[in-house]
Amino acid sequence: MNAPAKIQETNAEQSLNAQFDAIFAQTTQNNANQRKQAWEAFKAKGIPHRRVEEWHYTDLRSKMNDAFALASKTTPKAEALTGAGDLKTYRIAIVNGRYVPELSSNQEVTGLSVAETSGVLEAQLGTDDAMASLNQALVQGGVSIKIDANAKIQLPIEIVRYTDGSDVSSYAGTSVEIGSGAKALIIESFEGAANAAYQSNALTEVKVGDNADVHWLKLQVESQKAQHIETLSIELGAETNFQHFIYNEGSALSRAQLFLEFKGEGTHAGLRGTSLLKDSQHADITLFVNHAVPECESREYYRAVVDDKARAVFQGKIIVEQGAQKTDGQMMIKTLLLSDTAEINAKPELEIFADDVQCAHGSTTGDIDEDLLFYLMARGIPEAQARKILVLAFLSEAIEEFEEEQCVDLLEAMTRKWLHADDLVSE
Amino acid sequence: MAAVQETIDKVKAIDVDQYKYGFVTDIESELAPKGLSEEIVAYISAKKEEPEWMLNWRLEAYRRWKTMDEPTWARVEYPKIDFEDLHYYAAPKKREGLKSLDEVDPEILETYKKLGIPLSEQEILAGVAPEHRVAVDAVFDSVSVATTFKEELAKAGVIFCPISEAIREHPELVQKYLGSVVPVSDNFYATLNSAVFSDGSFVYIPPGVRCPMELSTYFRINEQNTGQFERTLIIADKGSYVSYLEGCTAPQRDENQLHAAVVELVALEDAQIKYSTVQNWYPGDSEGKGGIYNFVTKRGDCREKNSKISWTQVETGSAITWKYPSCILRGDNSQGEFYSIAISNGHQQIDSGTKMIHLGKNTASRIISKGISAGVSQNTYRGQVSAHRKASNARNFTQCDSLLIGDKCGAHTVPYIESKNSTAVFEHEATTSKISDDQMFYCQARGLNEEEAVALIVNGFVRDVIQQLPMEFAVEAQKLISISLEGSVG
Amino acid sequence: MLEIKNLHAEVDGNKILRGIDLTVRPGEIHAIMGPNGSGKSTLSYVLAGKEDYEITEGSITYNGVDWEELGADERAAAGMFLAFQYPIEIPGVATMTFLKTALNAQRKARGEEEISTPDFMKLVREKAKELKVTPDMLKRPLNVGFSGGEKKRAEILQMSLLEPSLCVLDETDSGLDIDALRIVSEGVNQLRSPDRSMIVITHYQRLLDHIVPDVVHVLSKGKIVKTGGKELALELEKNGYADYVDEEAA
Repeated sequence: MNAPAKIQETNAEQSLNAQFDAIFAQTTQNNANQRKQAWEAFKAKGIPHRRVEEWHYTDLRSKMNDAFALASKTTPKAEALTGAGDLKTYRIAIVNGRYVPELSSNQEVTGLSVAETSGVLEAQLGTDDAMASLNQALVQGGVSIKIDANAKIQLPIEIVRYTDGSDVSSYAGTSVEIGSGAKALIIESFEGAANAAYQSNALTEVKVGDNADVHWLKLQVESQKAQHIETLSIELGAETNFQHFIYNEGSALSRAQLFLEFKGEGTHAGLRGTSLLKDSQHADITLFVNHAVPECESREYYRAVVDDKARAVFQGKIIVEQGAQKTDGQMMIKTLLLSDTAEINAKPELEIFADDVQCAHGSTTGDIDEDLLFYLMARGIPEAQARKILVLAFLSEAIEEFEEEQCVDLLEAMTRKWLHADDLVSE
Repeated sequence: MAAVQETIDKVKAIDVDQYKYGFVTDIESELAPKGLSEEIVAYISAKKEEPEWMLNWRLEAYRRWKTMDEPTWARVEYPKIDFEDLHYYAAPKKREGLKSLDEVDPEILETYKKLGIPLSEQEILAGVAPEHRVAVDAVFDSVSVATTFKEELAKAGVIFCPISEAIREHPELVQKYLGSVVPVSDNFYATLNSAVFSDGSFVYIPPGVRCPMELSTYFRINEQNTGQFERTLIIADKGSYVSYLEGCTAPQRDENQLHAAVVELVALEDAQIKYSTVQNWYPGDSEGKGGIYNFVTKRGDCREKNSKISWTQVETGSAITWKYPSCILRGDNSQGEFYSIAISNGHQQIDSGTKMIHLGKNTASRIISKGISAGVSQNTYRGQVSAHRKASNARNFTQCDSLLIGDKCGAHTVPYIESKNSTAVFEHEATTSKISDDQMFYCQARGLNEEEAVALIVNGFVRDVIQQLPMEFAVEAQKLISISLEGSVG
Repeated sequence: MLEIKNLHAEVDGNKILRGIDLTVRPGEIHAIMGPNGSGKSTLSYVLAGKEDYEITEGSITYNGVDWEELGADERAAAGMFLAFQYPIEIPGVATMTFLKTALNAQRKARGEEEISTPDFMKLVREKAKELKVTPDMLKRPLNVGFSGGEKKRAEILQMSLLEPSLCVLDETDSGLDIDALRIVSEGVNQLRSPDRSMIVITHYQRLLDHIVPDVVHVLSKGKIVKTGGKELALELEKNGYADYVDEEAA
């Protein structure tokens, strides 16, 4: 609820200045102008702080004492990368912002092409965000992933993003183009060495054609000391099904911002996720879903379990533009606070300019339901176990809606592990 | 479908020009020179024969205000206000030392009569059963022109008078509570109000007293190029109860007029305040020309345990509404309520809602907001619910529904939900819809014509809130809703 | 053996039970009848150990154990089973998962071996069939989307699986049609055994046509005001509770 105010340049901003100057001096490519523009855009705003409405609950400025040095090019051991675990996938490894062919799959997959890029994108959505601009000013590398029209890629495409080193920052720019009629499952992981302090800033631009079917799972399992900033901009064609899920477990501070725009009619988008937070973690999920055309459906369902002194932030804005009749948008945010020092800030917004729409949002915040707990205990289940069952059930409800069996299994296993609930009976 | 479309067209065709209360009272006024300065602040204070502490309080506010910027976060757009081009004081010229109602300028009495607010006690007593009597404080531009039933209220120990009088007669109460809920530096408009407020009502209900009748203030802006800056302060002492009503209208004028009020409520232990507003300031014409800028700060403080503050508002007027009647739930077990109907038509812009700040244990709040947008208007609900660390077992339920009539208007919902206590349970629900063809068809199949059907459905949509209003107000509000939406309905 | 002595209990400061004395021996079925608001459900919650239901005076012992010392889960492991009047829906927890978790938790608490998955599946399928609980119901989340009758059948299925020695059936007949009532009653009757005590709480006599009690108690305003044989239920059906309510008020 505040106007931006002019604030003095911080240490971090001064360091970023020097970093940009160094990069710009070396840039000879024809994207120098784009970098410069992005930098100017960032400079005009600075590192986001609480007086910027969209960042009100995540005061990045105060959490960035300094900007880490840009991470250098490295090739870690293959074992360092976790990704989707045991699943058989087509792997694309991005380390410190750069594509690493040695750690990536090299077999031919019909309909799929992967190429290394400079990381400079033509992103149109979300680019007025300061951290997205910063990404484009300093971007170290990236890939372009293309899926041909009508290609049904059976193998999950795994993007492993690894930040190697401590006190470093990495910037990657990725573009994903999915042709009309194509089908794909993408599993993207963000990770780094345990307990390393670093900042990863990823910008990804996704364009999906008509009649496509895309499932996208993001696993945010960065080091518990990391800062994670991800901007995802998504454009969807007509009659397409796009399902996205965020699993948020890592980072001291994370911010996932999704900018989604419906470009064609009859499309369905499901944005879901679970945040599992403890210690003094801070996790922010911010969505802008723009129903620019009629007859699209969006679902935004997020759940968070917050323990210790952790803090969950959810901001979601559903915009229904004039003329986007028959829009169906439903947003639901549910949070369990497990400790007296945990905190949730939720801002589920509707902005509606068309009358023939069905839009709703809801939010619940509270502790574990005492009646449920009593019912379980009355059946002989000890309290500690009953609590775990209820937390797991709370999260599973969101997970199961993702409808990709191998991902659901993976997510449930990760959730159990986080809960120390491996002993719980599974189905 | 056709029937609904036709109704929508009809609603669109009707402009807000038919505002019923748009007449001007022709009366000689005493105006302060345009513009704002320490001299003007002193002029207002002198006009009110205020003690020095009050003047200093105003001057401090004025100095603060000079350093502040107009807020821009609300979803409303309007040309920049020239604060130097306003009269900050306007009063009907009158003879010295008026004592009785009979001496009020007949033009003003006539004005209130036309507005349906009789100011003569005999007149009220003639037609109304004692339990339905309402005491009225009538504020005309910058001054209170009449207060009814003062003596009878005084018997019960209730103080109900213009705030200017309270500053002179009850300085200890005013000094203790004024600015204690909305601090001088709270926000741009509240600070401006603190510097230049001219009149408004003051209410004090002593311990254990249930106010014997409804109290009401009727605000009327008449003069051109004036701002109205009223200030209301209501204190319900331990174990007391009061129900207070507020109504507002203004003449139809081409230029925009500023209304920046501050209302402060204080509820002590076991006390209860029910505050109802029907806001029907001139909304501007069908082209969006003219109308009142209604920038209001209303806040209640449930200062002690078991207290309760309930806000009910029906907002149909004003070109721009910027208003968030809020509750600070400080006392343990205290309760806050906010019931709102906000109707925007034509070019109106509304950004309104509430804040429920849970500080004490076992505090509960309830928010029911019904927004209806028509024409090319924009209607935003903005609300904050927060639980602080110590607010164990805080409860909030929020229901915010929007109804759109026509496809050129906007309905927006911006909730801020903040919880720092795991035992706090907050539930928030919001929906946006239009009048469905099925509903229309059902009503029509039962013999209602389309206008009756729309009226019925809209009245059903807002029913939860209407029920919260005192009887007389509920009837008026229902009428107003029909008129605001289309005039021919109902 | 369950022994309740001079039991007083309150919820949120409201005194509900005002001195109940009741002894239930193994093999006996006691019916507790009474008008709405007499404290029937409170008694069931106090027995099961729901938080906020506070014993202010008197005692409950089961097989010599002071019941107040045990949490709800420990009471369940010690043989207590409450068939809820309104079984709770738990989204996200599959019925099968829940049953197995509960069974193993109780076994573990008693120091017994956990049941193997194949044995468990076999056991559930058998019992489910008897109670007309469909495989589809077992796959769904616990009680979610179940009809009133399905919920009650699922409760009896749990009872039959967990093999408690003290069963409290709280208004198990409410919301059941004649057929469902018969299925549920048959399920309960099959569980009658010389080692098992049951307390059947009901407002109406009709359940007692199916589950025939040994003793009938009338509860009014938190006290047992009359005790008799099964014929007492018929008398109540004929004359209503008015006599007892008035008697109490006088």
